[in-house]
Amino acid sequence: MSISKLTPSSVDSAKPKINWARIDEADNFANTVKLYRQGKYDEDSFRRFRLQHGAYGTRMTSDYAMVRVKLPAGEIYPKQFETLSRLSEQYSIGSAHFSTRENIQLHWVILEDVSEIFRSLAEVGLTSREACGNSVRNVMCSPLSGVCSDEKFDSTPYALATAKFFLRNPMAQSLPRKFKFNFTCCEKHGMVRMVDVGLIPEIQQINGSKQKGFKIFLGGGLGNRSFVGHQLEDFTPEEDLLYTSIAVMRIFDRLGDRKNLARNRMRYLVNDMGWEKFQNLVLKERAIVRATQSVVTKLKVDTTPDKITRPLKISDEGGSSVPDGYARWLKSNTIKQKQSDYRSVFITLEAGDITSNQLNSMAALIREFSSEGKARSGFVQNVALRYVHEDDLVKLYSRLLETGLAKSGGLTMTAPVGCSGTTSCNLALTNSHRLAKEIQRKFLELKLDEDDDLADSSIKISGCPNSCAQHGIATIGFFGGGGRLGKDMYPNYQMSLGGRFDADTTLGQTCLRVPAKRVIPVILKIIELFKANKQSDDTLKSWIHRIVNDSEDSDIKSIGDIKKVLEPLVAPPTKEDDPDFYLDYGSDTSYHTKTGKGECAA
Amino acid sequence: MCCLTESVKVTTDIDSLRSEIRDNSVRVIDVRREGDYKQDHIPNSVNLPLATLLSDDSPERVLKLVNSLGIDDETPVVVYDDTFGALASRVAWTLEWIGHSDVTLLETTYGNWKSLGLETDSLTPEISNKEHSMNLQSNILATSEYLESVKSRDDVILIDNRERLNYLEQHIPGAVSLPYRTLASSDGILRSKEDMKRLFDNRDISGDSEIITYCGSVGTLSGLAYYALKSAGLSNTKLYVRSFKEWKNLEKPTDKQQDANYWDLSAE
Repeated sequence: MSISKLTPSSVDSAKPKINWARIDEADNFANTVKLYRQGKYDEDSFRRFRLQHGAYGTRMTSDYAMVRVKLPAGEIYPKQFETLSRLSEQYSIGSAHFSTRENIQLHWVILEDVSEIFRSLAEVGLTSREACGNSVRNVMCSPLSGVCSDEKFDSTPYALATAKFFLRNPMAQSLPRKFKFNFTCCEKHGMVRMVDVGLIPEIQQINGSKQKGFKIFLGGGLGNRSFVGHQLEDFTPEEDLLYTSIAVMRIFDRLGDRKNLARNRMRYLVNDMGWEKFQNLVLKERAIVRATQSVVTKLKVDTTPDKITRPLKISDEGGSSVPDGYARWLKSNTIKQKQSDYRSVFITLEAGDITSNQLNSMAALIREFSSEGKARSGFVQNVALRYVHEDDLVKLYSRLLETGLAKSGGLTMTAPVGCSGTTSCNLALTNSHRLAKEIQRKFLELKLDEDDDLADSSIKISGCPNSCAQHGIATIGFFGGGGRLGKDMYPNYQMSLGGRFDADTTLGQTCLRVPAKRVIPVILKIIELFKANKQSDDTLKSWIHRIVNDSEDSDIKSIGDIKKVLEPLVAPPTKEDDPDFYLDYGSDTSYHTKTGKGECAA
Repeated sequence: MCCLTESVKVTTDIDSLRSEIRDNSVRVIDVRREGDYKQDHIPNSVNLPLATLLSDDSPERVLKLVNSLGIDDETPVVVYDDTFGALASRVAWTLEWIGHSDVTLLETTYGNWKSLGLETDSLTPEISNKEHSMNLQSNILATSEYLESVKSRDDVILIDNRERLNYLEQHIPGAVSLPYRTLASSDGILRSKEDMKRLFDNRDISGDSEIITYCGSVGTLSGLAYYALKSAGLSNTKLYVRSFKEWKNLEKPTDKQQDANYWDLSAE
């Protein structure tokens, strides 16, 4: 073939440091699917195998799977974006989906094609191995780690090393249930108290010298029942990071509930046992691990700094004029880095969806604008393009406008999180995915992204009580269910208020049930109440925080007061008066709840 | 031409085509629009816009067109387009259908040909008419009646080459989805033979079955699939050339994936 030799290949400034893939897993998967189709593999064993390899079941069918590709520490490189773009067209629905845990998912993939995806992922060093099932799930890291002005040090290398250590590690292949690590940069950009193991980088003076380490939080998590994590000790030095992780996993492996699937996450174990007892066990176990592990058992932390090179500009087409909306976008989508002259740019997607063309554009944008030559997936189904030089921001914004990636409000309440809901998930009761998009469209139209009072609040919507969209820690959170008037069913959401995921992590308090078609007016009403009752320096988040903590003294003092105002809005009309009320978003047939078997606990 | 393997040669590579053009031993057909062709094209190629063919693709008309392009039973023909090979496939298949056996697709698109800096020309060659015989290959054509007649046979595989979302929304009952994008490689209109074989093998699409391909309206995407299957040695393949458009117009039954709002997961 003469073509490939002649086609110029683009040179990337940064290449992945770690190859997460193993090509033989593609062949193995293809063969196992064949055996399964021939009836030589039983359902349960096959399901466990499939999940271990990152292929999740799909709503109401066994013909399709969802392939969840892990992006350890959220890192993603241009060539990886290009491969995902191609795969989304070949084997999926022409678009991909960013999750809240730094995975990128391909939905509606024919089970027999999954191995072809593995093969292509392996060419660019990516894997979906252990992205589902009872394993160590994708190890997350704050998208601002390394650039955050409040961080003690960059925890990214530790997140990558932890991911590498546990991936395919025999000790993590058959845990009682899934197990999650979140690293962060600082308290504010958090998510560390809502996970099995959460870690904040910390530096302590020990015997006159600076020692790196972490504040470790254990036993948190969101789900049908959510718990806030507990801090293990003041300071865990970096040498103890791996020993602590192993100790915690050993205890969970030994004592975790393997029978009751509904309550077998580690947070239940911690809750049942009591924190102090669990804490003691961890500290004792860690002493044993430290004493018995071979000296070669170490995290391979690669702290070589990344090369920061501003991409060369071929030409600067004249005095580029500033496009409309630039100031609005700059304010609500970018953050100044600790490195002077650089910003991190957050690209917001509708509920995490990105087209194959946009995936390709992302590769080009990294090459043109990111001085680190890669991007990071964020916590809210978004992508962070970091190390963009201040002087290149106008040009970047123009390029984002061309590719439909320039939505403003990325770091505000106008970018809600929505899980996949009834678009593909077996457990979903409502179309939370579409609702998140509807809210974003409406709120951007109302320019709510320009309202500083709303900037630090969040909206998160799950399609069922399980918390894939993390609704429990949202300022305004929703989870789906069915409502009923007489014999007629309508899509409904339970709303909670006052959740947060920073240093004051709290779970939202249940307020009331809101029918799907009333969610937008209800949120607008809450904003109206806030505006009428706020103190001058209040944000919606701080106002609601006082209400849920019984320390507000305006007319609206409690969740009950809010509920009273909202109740008239949520009363169901009859089907004759308002047929649309009985349809879920994106559906033109009568609403009824319908679910299949979930695989979170498989 | 090529070695003796089970799979049929369906594409011609760039280097071979260039030497065949130099030797004047090939008829090259450009299926793009006339305006595009007049601007520039592969040297010595003739123009047969797909729309011209489709305006009347009865065997008699096709035979006339073929004669006017200077093609007789022995002329090797290579077809190219600028749309990932789908339009070229539809034209190549039509030639096969009236009984021309030596027809292949250029392995790449015209756009890529140009970006590689290969020779182009704006001259229209002088062509003298030839006489092609008519030998209809009805074994490579599927009609809606034929589809109905085989629907209960389990040794017939029906393949839908439209995009996945279209398939989920509506398809001919029993069809399996194989989006046309799956067929290409990053630099050619078709994957390598090995890659193609593995893909079909995983899907249990084998030579033991008769295969029928269809797409949205005129058999272009499914025409490409027809050649993809042939390249992998699956020659017992038919093209349902009037495709889903006809099926729907005839109000034949369709299936859809129920109880899921997959469109809302799409970013467009």
